[in-house]
Amino acid sequence: MNEYAPLRLHVPEPTGRPGCQTDFSYLRLNDAGQVRKPPIDVEPADTADLSSSLIRVLDGEGNALGPWAADIDPQVLRQGMRAMLKTRIFDSRMVVAQRQKKMSFYMQSLGEEAIGTAQALALNRTDMCFPTYRQQSILMARDVSLVEMICQLLSNERDPLKGRQLPIMYSVREAGFFTISGNLATQFVQAVGWAMASAIKGDTKIASAWIGDGATAESDFHTALTFAHVYRAPVILNVVNNQWAISTFQAIAGGESTTFAGRGVGCGIASLRVDGNDFLAVYAASRWATERARRGLGPTLIEWVTYRAGPHSTSDDPSKYRPADEWRHFPLGDPIARLKQHLVTLGQWSEQEHQAVTAELEAEVIAAQKAAEQFGTLSNGLIPSAASMFEDVYKEMPDHLRRQRQELGI
Amino acid sequence: MNDQSNSIDPGTAMTTTTMTMIQALRSAMDVMLERDDNVVIYGQDVGYFGGVFRCTEGLQVKYGKSRVFDAPISESGIVGTAVGMGAYGLRPVVEIQFADYFYPASDQIVSEMARLRYRSAGEFISPLTLRMPCGGGIYGGQTHSQSPEAMFTQVCGLRTVMPSNPYDAKGLLIASIECDDPVIFLEPKRLYNGPFDGHHDRPVTPWSKHPQSAVPDGYYSVPLDKAVVTRPGNDVTVLTYGTTVYVAQVAAEETGVDAEVIDLRSLWPLDLETIVDSVKKTGRCVVVHEATRTCGFGAELVALVQEHCFHHLEAPIERVTGWDTPYPHAQEWAYFPGPTRVGAALKRVMEV
Ligand SMILES: Cc1ncc(C[n+]2csc(CCOP(=O)(O)OP(=O)(O)O)c2C)c(N)n1
Ligand SMILES: [Mg+2]
Repeated sequence: MNEYAPLRLHVPEPTGRPGCQTDFSYLRLNDAGQVRKPPIDVEPADTADLSSSLIRVLDGEGNALGPWAADIDPQVLRQGMRAMLKTRIFDSRMVVAQRQKKMSFYMQSLGEEAIGTAQALALNRTDMCFPTYRQQSILMARDVSLVEMICQLLSNERDPLKGRQLPIMYSVREAGFFTISGNLATQFVQAVGWAMASAIKGDTKIASAWIGDGATAESDFHTALTFAHVYRAPVILNVVNNQWAISTFQAIAGGESTTFAGRGVGCGIASLRVDGNDFLAVYAASRWATERARRGLGPTLIEWVTYRAGPHSTSDDPSKYRPADEWRHFPLGDPIARLKQHLVTLGQWSEQEHQAVTAELEAEVIAAQKAAEQFGTLSNGLIPSAASMFEDVYKEMPDHLRRQRQELGI
Repeated sequence: MNDQSNSIDPGTAMTTTTMTMIQALRSAMDVMLERDDNVVIYGQDVGYFGGVFRCTEGLQVKYGKSRVFDAPISESGIVGTAVGMGAYGLRPVVEIQFADYFYPASDQIVSEMARLRYRSAGEFISPLTLRMPCGGGIYGGQTHSQSPEAMFTQVCGLRTVMPSNPYDAKGLLIASIECDDPVIFLEPKRLYNGPFDGHHDRPVTPWSKHPQSAVPDGYYSVPLDKAVVTRPGNDVTVLTYGTTVYVAQVAAEETGVDAEVIDLRSLWPLDLETIVDSVKKTGRCVVVHEATRTCGFGAELVALVQEHCFHHLEAPIERVTGWDTPYPHAQEWAYFPGPTRVGAALKRVMEV
């Protein structure tokens, strides 16, 4: 007789589903100020504890606590606050514009605004970010023209990408923002290559790579870790763990009883796990990682723990696979509310100022949208010419494309 | 959910239900999960949620999590594990969320899945089905619109199939799952909810208005190597598959050219006999597909027609295809080979 019981396939499940509240204890949180801050030349292996605990600075009352609570110029905090608010206002108006069929598609970053914003402020503008489709806050922090962004979203005659890309797949080289790919994870290893090039050329620029929890399952993620470690590439490897990848929970990507930051330690990379909804923690961890990279100490992997508060995209309905009000119960709260509370505590912000800035930014976004819509929208047909479709396939248009363009009659 | 009609399908003598392509595909997987314990279904978002196009909705509840489950976002991982499961004796049916995302799995598909039988002299096989939505027409931009069929038809050992209606979708998917060879099963996503003839500015026609939406409720299959004539005609043979079947049909009506439209259904292996018989009858041939032109599947079709029908041809064979550019977003309808372009080609070959 066989002494073994039949094997069973383990398929991870989230604790919450529609009609059943999520138990967030799987997140294993620490209190603000609890986690140590090592020197920037720490041995990667000695960050193992930092890859499983959670670095937090802001407590529930808006106080900044512990070793990661650096002295930050209140101007930077105010700047961050504005960029986060602008991102949120922009997103909510663009979701409406999508519903009005002015654009084909949109993806918002609701609840994740602190991560791109604070890291962008910790980087130099000449450093290159290799983002996913959910880091529009980097563009906001770098004050990219809203009109140009909206023209891209509307695929209109002034779309800088000539109507070729889905909305939100921006490319803004001047603002250190690499062209976004629809194919997940490809940018992660490219960022490592860009950082290697900076080292090859004896430059001091660094790269910032971005990926979602779900996409870490792709081979390009693991390959990026190997290359970053081997060549000690000056790169920050950001994993945005917003708990969901469309309908699949982060455990399906391999987050069950381990962390994404833990992957870095296994590859010989200094790794941190950080509260992504805590602007101060994001800024402090990003500064730590930029210093390491710029001083030739190598890559840092940072897992940002956050929550995808909105649908995956305008094509998605999350109430089909998770509790409808889950964000309200997410223990790390709302990054904007938390920074606001801190700034108010510092006497650097007030409810009136919050209202005034919100109104001002709303007006700015509305004005930009109006200006952009004058150049057309996908629905009114004022789109880049069909002839432009044949450009940029090659540097010079080869004969076969010229003939095809003629065949189209343009 | 489905609209049960009391009609009986003459071919299978079964009761039929009016289905969309999505419902027909789901029904095929349901039938096969029921009939064969070795069938497992997995892929990104296909488990609890039922797939981003809802093709596997309800199947996890019915068959359990070890038969229908979510996979991590790794196409190479999905296909690689499916090859391993196939080697054990399972019959995995995996979903690649969009055909545009099969590239990370290329090595597993080309060097492994397709060649297991050959390199082990039949010791190991890959009885896998890889489902992938393909094609444009939904403003999906360059990474949700591609038609990569020629990348598969060039690989020895793969079968490549593309249905154009609910009846064929179910029958071909069942045949693919039962087939001991690996099958690339391409689903034209613009056809999921209705036949689409390329007139994007007109109201959408639902499947319920189309005779091929009467789908037998139980088990049946459609052979993996047989084309079908969807519109008989005498003037010119149109070779096509997927969405452009409807474009070709409407172009024939609009131009008055009496085209014989052949829906290939199985791209490779190919039903050469049906093609050759038709071209010998009409003496003219136009190939239509949505994929890019250069080295597209149309190039193979043109070569075969001239090899087998040279002395019967009265005009050069024309190709109407997507342009040799990435699939653009805003200019989608200038890219898509619609009825105007197909109609013009039909008229051109008739003028020779
Ligand atoms: C190679 C590839 N496979 C699948 C997809 C389809 N897809 C787009 S986004 C997504 C989920 C990504 O989740 P995550 O990485 O967690 O990022 P998030 O959306 O949460 O920001 C999937 C499966 C894709 N774009 N590319
Ligand atoms: Mg995610």
